[in-house]
Amino acid sequence: MEEMMTKLFSYLQLPFVRYAVIVGVLIALCASLLGVNLVLKRFSFIGDGLSHVAFGAVAVAGVTGLTNNMLVVLPITVLSAILLLCTGSNAKIKGDAAVGMISVSALAVGYILMNQNKSLTNVSGDVCTTLFGSTSILTLTPTDVWMCAVLSLVVVACYVLFYHKIFAVTFDENFARATGTKVSVYTLVIAVIIAVIIVVAMNLVGSLLISALVIFPALSAMRVFKSFRSVTVCAAVVSVVCALFGIIFSILVNTPVGATIVVVDMIAFAVFYVIGLMKGGAK
Amino acid sequence: MSQLICHNLSVGYEGKKIISDLSFHVDAGDYLCIVGKNGSGKTTLMKTLLGLHKPMKGEVRAGEGLTLNTIGYLPQQTLVQRDFPASVREIVLSGFQGRCGLRPFYTKEEKKTAAQNLQRMGIRHLEKRCYRELSGGQQQRVLLARALCATQRMLLLDEPVSGLDPKVTADMYELIERLNREDGITVIMISHDIEAALKYATHILHIGDTLFFGTRRQFLDSKSGRLLVGGKGAAV
Repeated sequence: MEEMMTKLFSYLQLPFVRYAVIVGVLIALCASLLGVNLVLKRFSFIGDGLSHVAFGAVAVAGVTGLTNNMLVVLPITVLSAILLLCTGSNAKIKGDAAVGMISVSALAVGYILMNQNKSLTNVSGDVCTTLFGSTSILTLTPTDVWMCAVLSLVVVACYVLFYHKIFAVTFDENFARATGTKVSVYTLVIAVIIAVIIVVAMNLVGSLLISALVIFPALSAMRVFKSFRSVTVCAAVVSVVCALFGIIFSILVNTPVGATIVVVDMIAFAVFYVIGLMKGGAK
Repeated sequence: MSQLICHNLSVGYEGKKIISDLSFHVDAGDYLCIVGKNGSGKTTLMKTLLGLHKPMKGEVRAGEGLTLNTIGYLPQQTLVQRDFPASVREIVLSGFQGRCGLRPFYTKEEKKTAAQNLQRMGIRHLEKRCYRELSGGQQQRVLLARALCATQRMLLLDEPVSGLDPKVTADMYELIERLNREDGITVIMISHDIEAALKYATHILHIGDTLFFGTRRQFLDSKSGRLLVGGKGAAV
């Protein structure tokens, strides 16, 4: 045990490990806040879908030879998020089907472009990195960390300021619109925030992890808590704690970071599920 | 002047007209029931009144200090709400959202009014409970309390008793009648239940092959009224 602690502290001396911990925790926090809304709106897989869109956009950027991917990736992803979320309940193709459609299309186009692009030598390696984030969380620069910190702050601030509006719009869109809430404006705000989180998170932790960060904390919290506020707070806490444990654990026993965080989230869900059963109330 | 005036209104969606050339008006304190068969366009009409759909022709106008944004609305329950983790208090407070504008939080005054509305609905004791664990009748009361937070003057109710058992249905109707009689809130209600409509309403709007708008008495004397009531054999 003591040996483990020494190992942990010696690792925490390393800047890149500290960066990974900070960024992982911040992203976990942001993703879980919006996760509650996405899960309730039946958009659990939007994280996955949008990150595939971002993958396609990365491919486009690669082919067109742009040095700064963000210029292509961010607008395309934001646009997709707006398309998915703002058409709302009146769309002809909606929810899971719309997310699925956009996601596979972007994946396919992106892969073809990467495949045909002769300047890339390691296609399957690149694809794998984009999808699973591999070890990129351990190669962060201070700029990445600062950007992520500022962005998280903005997201959390927006969420707190718009909290009641987000609740009203998520719980009953028609009522909100009928009583004069500018539903489309707030949906747009939510969509943009989600897209930004996903683009940033994808670069850092990979697209698999995003879905887990969006879905698991919200579901865990909903097992036990019954008001929107308590569910939101609980989801945020669960997410941060799981991310922290996951990162530390993966450092100690040398497992892949993203996958480890997902497994910790799974365990947390199981614990909350049991607590929910014991309390007897939650469905 | 009337609180709500519809003039030569045609409603529908996706370019399909469902009701054409409908004219009616609602005065303060009226209790209007909108009746008609399934698919006759009752809910579409209500959504047009609320500004959720654009009218295809004609206009909806509000008067007497009422704006279309200050109509309280009791919608039919949606799928999302069935497993939404929210406390009764949170839901009722969200009725104020329309008047909040950019203000991020609720005022003390609004919290007090919300508590009063819960009292009026007789569900003050459920304030901290989870919405999805309540019974159907209790859920409707919560949504009614929320609608009251959004309005002082007019309520639009979309099938407020669907899925409720007879006892709870009767309680619900009584509650709505009290709001109409004692608090002077104008009520517009969509209903399948023609008997209840004739018992409580002051005015009837019948939608279908024949359009009818008038007082309850006029409706009973009209052709569509005689047809409906005669068919059911209801004593009035």
